[in-house]
Amino acid sequence: MTNTMQLRFLSVPENVGLARVSIAALAGQASFSLNDIDEIKVAVSEAVSNAIIHGYRGQNDGWVEVTGTLDPHGITIVVEDFGVGIRDIEQARQPSYSTDPERMGLGFVFMESFMHGLNVQSTVGKGTRVEMQRFVTIQGELSRDAQ
Amino acid sequence: MTIVHTIQGSRILVAVNGDLDLTSAAPLRDALDELIDRYREKSLVLDLADVDFIDSSGLGVILGRFRRMSGRPLSLVGVRPAVKAVLELAGITSILPVADAVRPPVKDQRA
Repeated sequence: MTNTMQLRFLSVPENVGLARVSIAALAGQASFSLNDIDEIKVAVSEAVSNAIIHGYRGQNDGWVEVTGTLDPHGITIVVEDFGVGIRDIEQARQPSYSTDPERMGLGFVFMESFMHGLNVQSTVGKGTRVEMQRFVTIQGELSRDAQ
Repeated sequence: MTIVHTIQGSRILVAVNGDLDLTSAAPLRDALDELIDRYREKSLVLDLADVDFIDSSGLGVILGRFRRMSGRPLSLVGVRPAVKAVLELAGITSILPVADAVRPPVKDQRA
């Protein structure tokens, strides 16, 4: 199964759910389990929330782009904003690092834990691009001939 | 998201319905803070039986209320597997009492 979708929306919190549900629908076209899709939804939610909260500092007039690509191996998701960027990516990826006391600083931790690959690129003043992959896991017994 | 609260003796029971994410975090935080401040002697129980999704924004609300209550009991009930997986990854289950959702009884096919 191969397929691609792109979403472009304003940086308003309500669009976190829009992105999550859209990617879940795309992932549902592949052989992901419901548990897999639940985890993908968390990762997307974190990436888009980061774009809104940190990329645009809560301003609702920035653009966020989400691209989902299905291939026979799984799904690749790219979340991109054109906001303030991240000065120190390694620090931002540390658990409990957050500039907001009400947040847990677990966004990147969830993305890393629930996905099979995470790449973050950012330029201060230009924006941030988060790319993450989740591979389809095939479970089952080998047939007698294959053993 | 909807929030329904009930006062049961020494506890505030708050039933939450909907996804706990960036959209619902602020209204949920404000509602819980109002209850926590109004009923200063009572514990807080969050019923998450109708919550299908939570991310770090939702977790931040729960952990923030835990800190705000400074020692008053806070517990989570009705937690579904997808939500529990996120709670466990964040370490919430080691600091708060968490009770799983009760599975509905299997219908008797003969009936």
